[in-house]
Amino acid sequence: MTGTGEEVMFWILGPLAVVGALGLVFARKAVHAALGMAMTMIILGVFYIAQDADFLGVIQIFVYTGAVMMLFLFVLMLVGVDSSDSLVETLTGQRWATAVLALGLGGLLGFSVGHATWGRAAGLAEVNADPGNVSGVAQLIFGRYVWVFETTSALLITAALGAMVLAHRERLGKGPDQKEWSKRRFKEGRHLAGLPAPGVYARHNAVDTPALLPDGTPSELSVSRVLTARDQNRSPELYTEGELQIERDVQEGSER
Amino acid sequence: MSGTVTALPDLVALATAGTDNPRADFSDTPVWLSLVKAALVFVYLLVSTLLVIWFERRVIGRMQQRPGPNRNGPFGLLQTLADGMKSMLKEDVRPKAADAFVFTLAPLITATMCFVSFSIMPLAGEVSMFGHTTPFQLTDTPVAVLLVLAVAGVGIYGVVLAGWSSGSTYPLMGGLRSSAQMISYEIAMGLSLVAVFLYAGSMSTSQIVNAQSDLWFVVPAFFSFFVYVITMVGETNRLPFDLAEGEGELTGGFHTEYGSMRFAMFFLGEYINMFTVAALATTMFLGGYQAPPGIAAINGGMFDQGWWGLLWFTAKLWAFMFVFVWLRGSLPRVRYDQFMRFGWKFLIPATLGWVVLVAFFRAGQQGWLGDDVVVAGRSFPVFSLALVGIIAVAALVGGWLWDSRVERKEASLHPRVPEEIDPYAGGHPVPPMPGQRLREPSLAAPALTSASDTKEATRG
Repeated sequence: MTGTGEEVMFWILGPLAVVGALGLVFARKAVHAALGMAMTMIILGVFYIAQDADFLGVIQIFVYTGAVMMLFLFVLMLVGVDSSDSLVETLTGQRWATAVLALGLGGLLGFSVGHATWGRAAGLAEVNADPGNVSGVAQLIFGRYVWVFETTSALLITAALGAMVLAHRERLGKGPDQKEWSKRRFKEGRHLAGLPAPGVYARHNAVDTPALLPDGTPSELSVSRVLTARDQNRSPELYTEGELQIERDVQEGSER
Repeated sequence: MSGTVTALPDLVALATAGTDNPRADFSDTPVWLSLVKAALVFVYLLVSTLLVIWFERRVIGRMQQRPGPNRNGPFGLLQTLADGMKSMLKEDVRPKAADAFVFTLAPLITATMCFVSFSIMPLAGEVSMFGHTTPFQLTDTPVAVLLVLAVAGVGIYGVVLAGWSSGSTYPLMGGLRSSAQMISYEIAMGLSLVAVFLYAGSMSTSQIVNAQSDLWFVVPAFFSFFVYVITMVGETNRLPFDLAEGEGELTGGFHTEYGSMRFAMFFLGEYINMFTVAALATTMFLGGYQAPPGIAAINGGMFDQGWWGLLWFTAKLWAFMFVFVWLRGSLPRVRYDQFMRFGWKFLIPATLGWVVLVAFFRAGQQGWLGDDVVVAGRSFPVFSLALVGIIAVAALVGGWLWDSRVERKEASLHPRVPEEIDPYAGGHPVPPMPGQRLREPSLAAPALTSASDTKEATRG
């Protein structure tokens, strides 16, 4: 039944799909792992199409690669690659419970699927010709399985709403705007003109280098608190020395 | 299963209509001819890209009262070729922090995926090619239009990965921004196409074009067309929606770190994506390769068959290209939050409502919701007429309520100003508000008579 073209395609794409799946497990960078998974999903979609299930294949690529995997990639990029989860178990004994439940589910599935009996298969070519590929799927979804389909959609909508309710935080009052901040500053009488800007030197300027006060000491206020807490600030001395060097050069030049 | 299906006669009726599978007949198309057609489509797209970059620069130049490129070749036509050669010969720079593999992979994804969608576009009807009669489209499937959306979904990977692999902040933010934008507008785009599927009864492009032989879908699905045209600009990251490369905020967006041929691939991808969405609009709403109504009637449809289709298709495609350029020449960039709010809070819900409405109209057309009534020589379903009436009344009432609310708000915001003011009332000269008259100071001149007043008015 399998044509030569299909066989060639399978022996090229099949190993690639396995490589992608192995990449998901073994890749060091999270984004590379996600890419391997996306490749495997696309190849699965191509296999579906090759086996005359056009609708299923295209939807596989459209939904899983285009939407679900893209969301994963988004989260990976936003969270950052070097972040790691805490490995301490919060629920004691959950691993054992998971193993038991997974085994039970596998047993149930194997039992019920093993008991199923199939009649004569109509063959995809016949079904694709008469009701058509999309209409055939539509008849099943909106005919025989309409309740299963609707219940699943209700479940999914509930899950999405629940995630929104749990994650969304409503602001109780109005946050202070620029005008209110400036009023507050004047009421308190401190830093009326705003905080000092970070260091600007003759040969360097950056947010991680504090500015110098008139007496030559670095100003803590001119750099971000976060950088100070992480101990990522640079000392301005390097650049003030550079400045002295420039002054010496100028002096030398004028004396020459 | 058969028992359930017979319980739903409408589903069976839909299925027996049999418009699911493609209409295009590929039985007389050997494999080598498919390869020739693939090469033809590829060349068609490349030449179109070379031309459209020149076209864009010339047209925008004309809109801004300057000549545009006019040095290389006649009318500057070879300018794009020269630019392409230049980018090929430039040094290939890769940032130190970049992820080497993905940095090269990203432009490859963009540049290859953009060509795939064109395989299902019907560029012309049945043509004879090397002694074979074959439809001038590479292939067609029952889910052809979904394939375009799926391929666009994979193409977004190029943008996201380019942003991530550059290893710096602005490209990452630009990549996230443009992919968020493309994904959100793809939802509205897919929804707007649903109305066309409902009218055509199929997702195969050849069936959709065939279903438009009486009436182009731009008329019955006018709101879908409106939404589609907006989303196609958003989907291709073009002005006024080119927020991914807002120069003031994000320098070049996801391709900030790219140069030479890698950048040229993104550039190529952007322009071919424009052609893809425009070709889809042509196929879905403007009758595809069919001749425009007046011309189609000449000499028994002489201009509506064979290779003529390519001309009409190209003409419609370039009309959309001109709209793209026109928009770029005349509109400023919108703000990102406004853009996303427009997409999610107006386009998607409005299109959903529209799809439900179209479903009711289609059901009325099929005669599932009651009888027809003859009005002015044509028969309409009673249900559809009633629905149109209800919507019209609701729109009128809604508009009236909205208008009166706006008026009340306006009135509360701007308290009525007296028509005449005394500029010196507060002891300090005050200019009049718009629409106010100045009262002449009484000590300067005697009171004006009504006769001289009118005379003043006629003179002014």
